[in-house]
Amino acid sequence: MRVALFLTCVNDTLYPDTGRAVVKLLTRLGVDVDFPMGQTCCGQAHYNTGYRHEAEPLARHFSDVFGEYEAIVTPSGSCGAMVRELYPRMGERARAEGRGDTLAQTLAPVVPKTYELTEFLVDVLGVTDVGAYYPHTVTYHPTCHGLRSLGLGDRPRRLLQAVKGLELRELPGADECCGFGGTFAVKNSDVSAAMGADKVRNAESTGADVLCAADNSCLMHIGGTMGRLNTGMRPVHIAEILASTEEEPLV
Amino acid sequence: MSGTFVGMPAFPKAAHEAVHNATLRGNLRHATHTIRSKRAKAVAEVSDWAALREAGKQIKDHTLRHLDDYLVQLEESVTAAGGIVHWAADADEANRIVVELVKMTGETEVVKVKSMATQEIGLNEALEAEGIHAYETDLAELIVQLGKDRPSHILVPAIHRNRGEIRDIFAREMSEWGRPAPEGLTDTPAELAEAARLHLREKFLRAKVGVSGANFMVAETGTLVVVESEGNGRMCLTLPETLISVVGIEKIVPTWQDLEVFLQTLPRSSTAERMNPYTSTWTGTRDGGAGEGDGPQTFHLVLLDNGRTDTLADEVGRQALRCIRCSACLNVCPVYERAGGHAYGSVYPGPIGAILSPQLRGTGSEIDASLPYASTLCGACYEVCPVAIDIPEVLVHLRERVAEGGQATRGGNRVVLKPAKGHAAERAAMRAARWAFSHPGALRTGQRLASRTRRFHPRTLPGPGRAWSETRDLPAVPAEPFRDWWQRTQGGKEAEAK
Repeated sequence: MRVALFLTCVNDTLYPDTGRAVVKLLTRLGVDVDFPMGQTCCGQAHYNTGYRHEAEPLARHFSDVFGEYEAIVTPSGSCGAMVRELYPRMGERARAEGRGDTLAQTLAPVVPKTYELTEFLVDVLGVTDVGAYYPHTVTYHPTCHGLRSLGLGDRPRRLLQAVKGLELRELPGADECCGFGGTFAVKNSDVSAAMGADKVRNAESTGADVLCAADNSCLMHIGGTMGRLNTGMRPVHIAEILASTEEEPLV
Repeated sequence: MSGTFVGMPAFPKAAHEAVHNATLRGNLRHATHTIRSKRAKAVAEVSDWAALREAGKQIKDHTLRHLDDYLVQLEESVTAAGGIVHWAADADEANRIVVELVKMTGETEVVKVKSMATQEIGLNEALEAEGIHAYETDLAELIVQLGKDRPSHILVPAIHRNRGEIRDIFAREMSEWGRPAPEGLTDTPAELAEAARLHLREKFLRAKVGVSGANFMVAETGTLVVVESEGNGRMCLTLPETLISVVGIEKIVPTWQDLEVFLQTLPRSSTAERMNPYTSTWTGTRDGGAGEGDGPQTFHLVLLDNGRTDTLADEVGRQALRCIRCSACLNVCPVYERAGGHAYGSVYPGPIGAILSPQLRGTGSEIDASLPYASTLCGACYEVCPVAIDIPEVLVHLRERVAEGGQATRGGNRVVLKPAKGHAAERAAMRAARWAFSHPGALRTGQRLASRTRRFHPRTLPGPGRAWSETRDLPAVPAEPFRDWWQRTQGGKEAEAK
């Protein structure tokens, strides 16, 4: 199976390790991974900040780059939700504004074949034990868009539970937002910081070494708060845990 | 809306104090988490919750689509039952009507059952200006009124007050308004409730005029419905000779059968009760004006627009008018939990307030332009909403209106709004980012530049980014962006060594 990795602009620029982990993991599971070099950004930041018209060319660009692939896999619940939930909405809005079906038709092909990583592993590949080894205590934070827009449910936790050596600890208040919210973290910095601090305190209360999530932007916010609060916990993307093996463990 | 909220600062500024007030945050956290988990349990008991939610949404949408017809039907039914219907386009008109009606009775006191519509228009202040005293009879509203305070929650207006504060307010203020608090009042809930009961009983028995809101209005019979927990509503609705109900035009349901849905979803969503303690319904005057039976001799219904028709004209935003004021969205909202209700600058705080206020009032003021951004778009509010209002969708829609301007309806006219002040730099940045993202080569150049200069990156950011780096460490820029690694190693197939 040949799939396209939609890494997302944030991961490409700031978290290349996550990208390498996805490639390693999927290759190990027999998937032929391609990284279309034309990819950039899904347009979520533009859309959610209120610049829908700026997001449209980016959505079209996404469809141009990924349209031909059998499946598109992304290690981000948030960017996955942008394609799956908001691209159809952009098409509908264009139609409602009397601009016809062109945008909807352009975006339609990529919508059903875009998968968040854990969804792809469980639903498409049908695996929960990916042969990973990670000898740490881990607590899992389900990020909002993965949880509510994509409905990932317990897929990530099932994958983590199957990891050898990993001890999963329940995170109190797991389904509460960490306070990142894109530009929210800057526009409403006080509230965002308070939410982040509460999330970190809840994570600390589990005594786990690692806080795991499926979105690096949320992890950037939580990790940045952890660093400032000197917790000693580490934020780690789920792809990196699932890619870690006994032969090549993630340190 | 109420004059008391004019000139509020933007949400982030208004929230600043609450975020750093540990007692307030503790009170809010405790209260919202308690109601939140109780609600989840009460909802889980109902096997057809999803169907009820969908039915509520459909009934409300259908009614809003035919609102003109149902309003006319309601007016006919109310009139036939001996009531008098008044139409108020805005807050001033509604206040003028109510003041006139009270003056006609010759009374200078009215008792009130909790009504968000009258808070929205600032009725108490308008009555006070004409020498008429309005007494709030809901316990929490009484606390807010005696404390010269503002409500901060839809269902629990005094959620920001603890027992000690309430005791102090009662002991200090009750004598100014009527029966004083008992000597040696403590902060036990039973004593506080008893003090309020004694104070209020005197008001109920004396007042000749009652002012109410309504949770629902049934078009087919002209019946109004109030759903409450304390019984104060029933006292206000049955004892006074004159009853004036001020209700938003969106509160209509077509038939009694439609109530079946909401009388299940509202109590469970709001107070986590299977059924609320008091559901009062009233139709016109006692015996259709013949003077027999229970209830008021004179009944006035003031139908309030105040921005609702404008909201209805907006295809995305109109879903906010489905709201049945249960407050479930407030109790799950992580932003409300930290910022408190006052920061929203409206009687409608929390997620619903963030989409309702900027539509009812327009996005012209600083506070209204900032409300659509008072959310992380986490979606918890949409998940719990018993009438399925997609609050995140409306927030983004209103963000667009604020950031880029566009068409809206104000005062019944289509207008073209200019972008709100303070968004020029952001707009330019978004445009530049869109350009870079439309040109993969430009993105790549930028990434490489960031990687090569990474040793010189500051630990803190200037400008808007300062807000980030004050409380969070910045992520370190890697030595090589992913796409360079991919190309260099042919997707990891070639040797890693540089």
